[in-house]
Amino acid sequence: MTTSYLTDGLTLRSWLTTHDHKRIAILYAIAITFFFFVGGAAATLIRLQLASPDGALMGPDSYNKVFTAHGVVMVWLFLIPSIPSVMGNFMLPLMIGARDLALPRINLLSWYLYLFGGAFTLVALFFGGVDTGWTFYTPYATMFSNGYVVLTLVGVFVTGFSSIATGLNFIVTVHTMRAPGMGWFRLPLFVWAIYATSLILVLATPVLAITTVLVVAERLFQVGVFDPAHGGDPLLFQHLFWFYSHPAVYIMVLPAMGVVSEIIPCFARRRIFGYRLMAYAMLAIAGFGFLVWGHHMFVSGQSVAASLVFSLLSFMVAVPSAIKVFNWTATLYKGSIRFDAPMLYALGFVGLFTIGGLTGLFLASLPLDVHLTDTYFVVAHFHYIMVGGAVMAYFGALHFWWPKVTGRMYHELWARIAAVLAFVGFNLTFFPQYLLGVMGMPRRYHAYPPEFQILNLMSSAGAGVLALGYLLPLFYLAWSLRLGDRAGANPWGARGLEWQTASPPPSDNFVHPPEVAAEACDHAPPSPAEVAR
Amino acid sequence: MNDQPARLAEPGLQLFGAASSVATATDTLFVALLLLCGAMALLLAALVVWLCVRYRAGAAVDRSDPPSDAGALETTWIVVPLLVFLGIFAWAARDFLVEQRPPPDALPIHVVGKQWMWKLEHGSGRREINELHVPQGRPVELILASEDAIHSFYLPAFRLKQDAVPGRVTHLWFTATRLGEFRLFCSEFCGSEHAGMVGKVTVMSPAEYARWLDAGPVEPGTVQQGFALYRSSGCSGCHDAGSTVHAPMLQGLYGRRVQLQDGRSVTVDESYLRDSIVLPGRDVVAGFAPIMPSYAGQLDETQLQQLVAYLRAGAPSNPTPEALR
Amino acid sequence: MNTALPNAPTSGSQHPDSMGMWVFIASELLFFGALGVAYAYGRVLWPDGFAAASRHTDVVLGTLNTALLLTSSLCVALAAEAPWPRLASRLLACTVLLGLAFLVVKGIEYRHEWQEGLIPGPAFRLGDGEAAPQGAQLFFAFYFVATGLHALHVVGGMGWLGVLAWGRARGHARAGSGPLAVAGLYWHFVDVVWILLYPSLYLVGRHP
Repeated sequence: MTTSYLTDGLTLRSWLTTHDHKRIAILYAIAITFFFFVGGAAATLIRLQLASPDGALMGPDSYNKVFTAHGVVMVWLFLIPSIPSVMGNFMLPLMIGARDLALPRINLLSWYLYLFGGAFTLVALFFGGVDTGWTFYTPYATMFSNGYVVLTLVGVFVTGFSSIATGLNFIVTVHTMRAPGMGWFRLPLFVWAIYATSLILVLATPVLAITTVLVVAERLFQVGVFDPAHGGDPLLFQHLFWFYSHPAVYIMVLPAMGVVSEIIPCFARRRIFGYRLMAYAMLAIAGFGFLVWGHHMFVSGQSVAASLVFSLLSFMVAVPSAIKVFNWTATLYKGSIRFDAPMLYALGFVGLFTIGGLTGLFLASLPLDVHLTDTYFVVAHFHYIMVGGAVMAYFGALHFWWPKVTGRMYHELWARIAAVLAFVGFNLTFFPQYLLGVMGMPRRYHAYPPEFQILNLMSSAGAGVLALGYLLPLFYLAWSLRLGDRAGANPWGARGLEWQTASPPPSDNFVHPPEVAAEACDHAPPSPAEVAR
Repeated sequence: MNDQPARLAEPGLQLFGAASSVATATDTLFVALLLLCGAMALLLAALVVWLCVRYRAGAAVDRSDPPSDAGALETTWIVVPLLVFLGIFAWAARDFLVEQRPPPDALPIHVVGKQWMWKLEHGSGRREINELHVPQGRPVELILASEDAIHSFYLPAFRLKQDAVPGRVTHLWFTATRLGEFRLFCSEFCGSEHAGMVGKVTVMSPAEYARWLDAGPVEPGTVQQGFALYRSSGCSGCHDAGSTVHAPMLQGLYGRRVQLQDGRSVTVDESYLRDSIVLPGRDVVAGFAPIMPSYAGQLDETQLQQLVAYLRAGAPSNPTPEALR
Repeated sequence: MNTALPNAPTSGSQHPDSMGMWVFIASELLFFGALGVAYAYGRVLWPDGFAAASRHTDVVLGTLNTALLLTSSLCVALAAEAPWPRLASRLLACTVLLGLAFLVVKGIEYRHEWQEGLIPGPAFRLGDGEAAPQGAQLFFAFYFVATGLHALHVVGGMGWLGVLAWGRARGHARAGSGPLAVAGLYWHFVDVVWILLYPSLYLVGRHP
C-alpha cells in the first residue's frame, strides 16, 4: 500500500507541527466537531427550557448565558471556520492542482489561533459565562452585564485573526498556485466560493477586531465611546458590529453554495447551468453583502433615510441568491439524477435556503421588519439559512469528500436516513418559530406567555429529531474508518482534479502534476472504467 | 357606560386580530408577500420534484444536449426578480413612511424603559407601570427614553415596535382601532428580567379614557411638572427674559431651525433639547458662549421628559394653568 | 513531462509572500480604518473637545517620533537596495534601533500623560482643574488605543526585521531579498499608519 498523507508520519508531534494542508484540515475538523456539539448542547438546553412557558429548567441568568454561549460558539467556533477551514483547506490545493496552500506555516498558525481563541471562550464559559447575547449590544455589555465579557471578547478577537489568516492564504493561493491551463473561468465553483468568502474574511473581520477592542476598553476603563452619559453612542457599536456581522453571514453561506455547486452537477451527471453567472453571483453576494448592515437596525433609532437605503440594498442582494437557486434547479434538467446522501443534503440545502431566503424578503420590507425584528421570525430566518443551509451543506460536503479524505466509504443507507432525519427534524424545529414570530413572541425570553406554548413544544420536539439526524453520522462515519469499504480515486465518477488522485491522497497531492485542458465542471456521463468504487 | 370586561386579544395568528391603523396595511403587505413567496416556493419545489422524478438515473428520457446556459432565460430571471423586489420595496417603504410620521395632533405619552419595567406618564400626570391606557381612534405618540440599557417597546397586535435607547429620544405613534387588552413586550435583550418586562395596553373608548384619566391620583401634568423643574433646576435664572446672562430664549423654540456655531443648522426637536440639557457643550447655537452647566446625572429620564415636554409646549414664562395642560 | 510538482507559483505574476503581505495590509486598513471611523464620529460631534484634548499631547515628542519612524523607513528601503549583505544587515539593525527609540519616546509620552491624569476613566482630567469639555476623554481613549495598537505593530516589525538582520549577516536564504522586501513593505505600512495618526492626534486645534 502506498503512503498517503495519513500515514506519512504517525506521531502526535507530526500532526501538531504539520504544514500539510490536508492534515491541518483534519485538525480543524476535529476541533470544529467538538465545538459543534458544545453549541448543540447549549441548543438542547434552550429547547428543553422553552418546552414549558414558565421556564422551570433554568433561571433567567443561566438561560441568558446559555443562549449567548450557543450563539458565540456556533457562529465563531463552528459556522465561520467550518467549510472554509475544513473542506476549503483540504480541497482548494487539490482542485487547482497545487501541492499545498501558498503559505503553509500561516495555515498552521491559523489553527493554533483558532484553538487559542476557542480556549478563551471555553474558559469564560467555565467560569460562569457571559449573558449579553452573541451580539454584545452596548451599553448593556459595557456597563450592566455581570458576565465574563472581556474574556469572551478576547477569545473572539483571537479567533478573528485565524479567520483573516485563512482568508489571506486562500486568496494568495488562488492567485498564484493554479496549475498550468487552470484559468479563472475553469476553476471549480467551490474555489470561486472560497475565494469570495476569503475576500470577506480579510476585509470584514478586522472591523470586528476593532469593535471588540473598543468594547473591552469601554468595559475596563469607561472611556465613553458607547456610553451616552459621556457623549458616546450605543448606535455606533451597532454600526461597527453589524458592518462585520452581516458580511459574516455570507462567510457562512457562500462556501455552502460552493459545495452545493459541486455536488449537484456530480449527481445529476451534467454540467452546472450558467457557470459564469454563478461565479459572478458569488462575487456580487460578497460585494453587496458589505452594504446592507443597517437592516439589522431598522427600529434602533437610526434615521428614516438610512433605513430606506438599507432596505433597498437588502432587496438587491437577494437577486444573486435567487439566480443561484434557479441555476441549481436548471442543472437538474436533462440530468441523470442519483440520490446518494450528498445529493440529498444538497437538495435539502436548496429547499431550506430558498425558504430562508424568501423570509429575508419579509425582513427587508420595512414595516414588516418593524413587527418581526427581535422576534422568533428572525430566529427562524437565520436558522433556515445557517442550519438548513450551511450545516446541511457541511454535512453534504463531509459525505461527498469522505471517500477522498479517508479512503473509505460510509454506509449509504444510514447516511440517507440521517439526511432525511435532519431535513425533517429541522423543519419541525424551526418552521413553528416563524409562526411564533408572527404572533409576536420576542427573542431571548427564558419564559413566555402561555399562548406561545404549543408551537414551542412542537419546536422542542422537532429538535429531538434534528439531534438524531446530527448524531447518527458520528456513528457510521466513525465505523467506516475501520470497517468501511475502501474507496477508489473517484467513487462518484465526478469531475475535478481532486478526483484524479488517490483516495486518500499522497502528501504531495499529485504524483504527476496536472495540466488542465477541459472546461471546468464538464460532467459528461462517465465511462464504466472511470467509476472505480 | 362600558361594563364589558376587557378581553385579551385572541391568541393565534394575530393576522386578522390587528388592532391599530397601520396594522391593516402591514398585514396586507404580509399576506401579499406570503402569497408571492409561497407560490414561488411551491413552484420551485414542484419543479425540483418533477425534474428529479423525470430525470432520475435509469429513466428513459431524452437527455441530449443539456443546455449549459440560456442567455434570454438567465436575463429574465435576473430582471424579473429585481423588478418584483423593487416593487415590494416601494410598497413597503410607502407604508413605513406613514409609520414614521406622527400626525400633529397626536396625544403625547412619555415612556421610560428601565431594567426591568416600563414607566409611562400621560400628559395629565397620571402614571402607569407596565400598563398603558389609550383612547380608541385617537392618534397617540409615545416619546421613548431609557434609563439604562437599550429596551424595545413592542406591541404585536399593533405591529409596531421601537427601541428605547439611552441618550436618545425615539418616537412611536399609533391609532388604536379596537377595544381590548393587548400584549406589551420588551423586545431588546436588556438583562436578567428581560422576559419580565411584559405588560399590556388597554384600549378604551374616548369617554372612558377621559374618565380613567380623571379617576387616577391627582398629580400635576407632565408639562406642569416640567415648568416646576424649569424653575427649581435654575433654568429660568439664565433663560428668562430678565436674566443678565446671555442665554437663548426658549419660548416657541421647539420646531424652529437654529444655526449652530460650526455653521450647521438643526431643527429643534426632543433629541436636541434633551442633549442641550445633559450635554450642553454639544451643538451650541451660534452667538452664544458654551457656558451652560450640564445636568447629566442630576435629572432622571422622567424629569428630562417633563422638562422637554414643557419646552415643547412653548415654554411660556408665566403660564396659566390652562397653558400647562 | 515535468514530474516536479510546482510549489512555487505557476500562475500570476506575484510571489505569494509579497501578495500575502498586500492582502494582509488590506485587512489592516480595515482594522485601523474602523478605528478611524469611530474617531471621525467623535471629531465631528466634539470638535472643541477634541481640539482641547489634542493640545495636551506632546507635539515635540510626537514630531520627534515621526522623524524617527520616517528615518527608519529610509533605512529599510536602503537595506533592500544594499549591494552587499553586511550593509543590509547593519541598515536593518539601524531600523530596529530607530524603532526602539520610537517606543522609548512613546513610553516617555505615556508616562507624562499618566502623570497629568490624561488616562481615560474616572480619574481623567484635562489639567486646568475645571471640567474637561465633552469629547476630551473620548479623544484620549482613541489616542491610547490607536497609538497602543500601532506600537504593538512596531514591536512585531522590530522582531521580524531583527531576525532578518541576523539572518542576512549570516547569508541565510530565508533572509534574502524577497523576504526583506516583504518585511520592508510591512514596515512602510506601519509608517504610513503613523503618518495618518500624527496629524489626527497631535495637530488638531494647533495653530502654526
